[in-house]
Amino acid sequence: METLFFLIVTLVAVVSSIMVITCKNPINSALSLILTFFCLATYYVMLDAPFLAAVQVMVYAGAIMVLIVFTIMLLNIRVDATKKHAHMIFFGCIIGFATLINTAFIVFKSRVATPTGPYDVSTIKSIGHTELIGREMFTTFLLPFEITSILLLVAIVGAVIIAKKKI
Amino acid sequence: MENLNGYLIVSAILFSIGTIGVLTRKNAIVMFMCIELMLNAVNLTFVALSRHMGNLDGQVFVFFVMTVAAAEAAVGLALMIAFYNNKETIDVSEVNSMKW
Amino acid sequence: MFDNVWLIPLFPLIGFLINGLFGKKIKNETVIGGIGAFAVLCSFVVSCMTILKLLSLPGEERLANVKVFTWITSGNFNADIAFLVDPLSCVMIMIVTGVGFLIHVYSIGYMHGEEGFYRFFAYLNLFMFSMLLLVLGNNLLLMFVGWEGVGLCSYLLIGYYFHKKSAGDAGKKAFVMNRVGDFGFLLGAFTLFWYMGQSHNIWTIQFTELAKNSYLLPTGGIVTVITLCFFVGATGKSAQIPLYTWLPDAMEGPTPVSALIHAATMVTAGVYMIARMNYLFIRSPETLMVIAVIGACTALFAASIGTAQNDIKRVLAYSTVSQLGYMFLAMGAGAFAAGIFHLMTHAFFKACLFLGSGAVIHSMHEALHHAHSHDDAQDMRNMGGLKSKMPLTFITFLLATIAIAGIPGFSGFFSKDEILWQAFANPHHGSLNYLLWGMGAIAAGLTAFYMFRLVFMTFYGESRITPKAKDHLHESPMVIVLPLIVLAALSVVGGYIGIPKILGDSLGGIPNYFEHYLEPVFRYSQEYLAQHPAHGGAHPSHAVEWGLMGLSVLIAIIGITIAFTMYVKNTELPKKFVAAFPALHRAVYNKWYIDELYDFIFVNPTKAAGRMLWKGFDVVVIDGIVNGVANVVMSFGGVLRYVQSGLLYNYAWSMALGVVVILSYYVFK
Repeated sequence: METLFFLIVTLVAVVSSIMVITCKNPINSALSLILTFFCLATYYVMLDAPFLAAVQVMVYAGAIMVLIVFTIMLLNIRVDATKKHAHMIFFGCIIGFATLINTAFIVFKSRVATPTGPYDVSTIKSIGHTELIGREMFTTFLLPFEITSILLLVAIVGAVIIAKKKI
Repeated sequence: MENLNGYLIVSAILFSIGTIGVLTRKNAIVMFMCIELMLNAVNLTFVALSRHMGNLDGQVFVFFVMTVAAAEAAVGLALMIAFYNNKETIDVSEVNSMKW
Repeated sequence: MFDNVWLIPLFPLIGFLINGLFGKKIKNETVIGGIGAFAVLCSFVVSCMTILKLLSLPGEERLANVKVFTWITSGNFNADIAFLVDPLSCVMIMIVTGVGFLIHVYSIGYMHGEEGFYRFFAYLNLFMFSMLLLVLGNNLLLMFVGWEGVGLCSYLLIGYYFHKKSAGDAGKKAFVMNRVGDFGFLLGAFTLFWYMGQSHNIWTIQFTELAKNSYLLPTGGIVTVITLCFFVGATGKSAQIPLYTWLPDAMEGPTPVSALIHAATMVTAGVYMIARMNYLFIRSPETLMVIAVIGACTALFAASIGTAQNDIKRVLAYSTVSQLGYMFLAMGAGAFAAGIFHLMTHAFFKACLFLGSGAVIHSMHEALHHAHSHDDAQDMRNMGGLKSKMPLTFITFLLATIAIAGIPGFSGFFSKDEILWQAFANPHHGSLNYLLWGMGAIAAGLTAFYMFRLVFMTFYGESRITPKAKDHLHESPMVIVLPLIVLAALSVVGGYIGIPKILGDSLGGIPNYFEHYLEPVFRYSQEYLAQHPAHGGAHPSHAVEWGLMGLSVLIAIIGITIAFTMYVKNTELPKKFVAAFPALHRAVYNKWYIDELYDFIFVNPTKAAGRMLWKGFDVVVIDGIVNGVANVVMSFGGVLRYVQSGLLYNYAWSMALGVVVILSYYVFK
């Protein structure tokens, strides 16, 4: 049952990602990408990380894609009927397949390590995923957390400066 | 975890599709979206393996990846806007003077 | 005991430093010349003190190694800066500093008004320093330092008038030929050091050590090789066949240079070296024969060339080569003391001759300058009748000429006769002796002839100079004439300390002081000869000796008479002679075309090889490699610059490709 569900979600994710890269209209690509994000959020739920799934939808699908759609609208991008460079597609596919095959090989050839961590499924379900993530983030990963907030500040300032018409 | 290989293969597929998209599309914003796709594939790998290992380190890292992706989105789109102001187009093949 | 001996080379070195570094600022000629001459005077005084101290010791103790400091110690090889005081080196330092001082004084007058006055005295002092190192050094390495130093100073001084191309060429020729000889010297030194070390475990290059251990050396074989190598060095330095052609060209330098370096001191270095290592040479009869033959040949050969030259200095140059041949003949006959004796007397009269000719040239030059004529001041065909104009010069010149011609009573007679007698009586060479004696005697006759030819052409007869210049000829200043007088006096009386035994006995038992004085130096050779007596015929009798002496005097007088007839009595004879034998005269006048032969065999092939190496190897290969490397780098850059294309998707592509490559690596690991 679960496997079937997994396969269906996989199919949707793959199809929508292919649509991302093949649509002529950028808006269509953006919408397909949102669909892909939703699939990924489903994956996270299946992997017992519900908080992460919520954050994924909020940040990615909610914030980043909105930003992208705004930009597309702002720049008034038309669907331009420029000719596609066929040879680039061919070689691009080759590289993509090469990456895929390599990764598949690595996945099947390698031995996965034994679980060592303290949190198994029952613990996560009992304590609650959000609390556990919070516990980790604010104790072990406190410094990266603070730095990341500064990074966000810098990014915002940078974005404003870059996009202004006059300094 | 019994389905670990499956998740990893899905992640690989999404990553490859993202790569093809980056190399193939001419529109800068679509290229950017493909990059986001690649990042998400990597996130999936992290979460799957962290669930397998019983550790939460992977998932915290996913958090940070998301944050950085958001920052990167902001700055990247600002760059594209500046580029559009200059050249009236966001065709990537117009970016031809990125050299010394 | 002889602790002051290191002062002897030091004074000229200080003089060189002062004149060389500050000479340009000191504009006063007297000061510069005074410093130079005073330095040599101090050396002379210390040399006199040294030799007096030496003479106060009994014969066997006249030997001292005075060490100044240790120079090189490297494994088995030790070389010190140390000086050897023994009868031979004392004779040499007296000659070098004494004659050197007189020539320095002479130069103050002769080089008056020259532009590089300080340079001349600096080089002259440097030469004195090197020569003193050569004769005082107590090991082969220090002697070689002096050997090279005198070669260098010779080059510097020959090319003193460096604005003239001929002077520069002559300097280079001298230096290169000296170098060829030096190569032989070094080979000999290396072989000797290696042989003594390998075979007898005695690692030394000190002369006294080598002498003490000389009994370990075999006769012939390796010793012949060593001594032949050393002799090559001697031929280079002392201008024997085949390395003599630099000496006549060296007359491009100023006359005091010719007097000091090419008559009295540097060219005698080869003779000194053989005397110093007599225990080595005596053990190789083959080398001694080679030395004697080459000496006799050179004496005859150079004398023949000297008869036809017209430049006064050239005649004297060939005369020097010829007299050096006599010295080598003496060495080859085993008469080392006689060779050194001739070295001493030759220094006196040859220096006097050169300085006298310098005085003549100086006057001629001034006179021709006044008359605005461009005639050659050194050509004897422009001279004549100077007897009345320059009386003092004439008298000293005549005395020195009589000495070199070998007239009894003068110094040259005693030394030359001793050499000829030893060459004849040497029991080791068999019938070759007679031939050597004959060549020596004929050369003596030729010497008398061309020297008196020179005197007659220069001083006698009618003056052939441009008429306007005739009244400007006058005697040279005292500072030039005084050394001439001293040297002429020495040429006359200097021989009396070395009267040959036969004469001395007949005159009431006067011993040969000189030979007796030098006995300790040749002690080891005498020991060897005592152990290896010769198988030759009976020792010639006294009657033969008197007869030979008389014969050589007769030959000299015949030479003088012929010269008198041809150049004073009947001045048309030379032209008739030339007309009768044109080919012979042309060959002799052109120095038997030896220079052209050397050009053909050595110089032109070397130049061609050099040109080929330059054009074929240096330009093509080496420049090709260097430029080629640069071109490769440039083309690489030209290719690599396409990587940074500026196009976005190129960069993206390269990143993706890189990812694939890294993944493949992990797949295939």
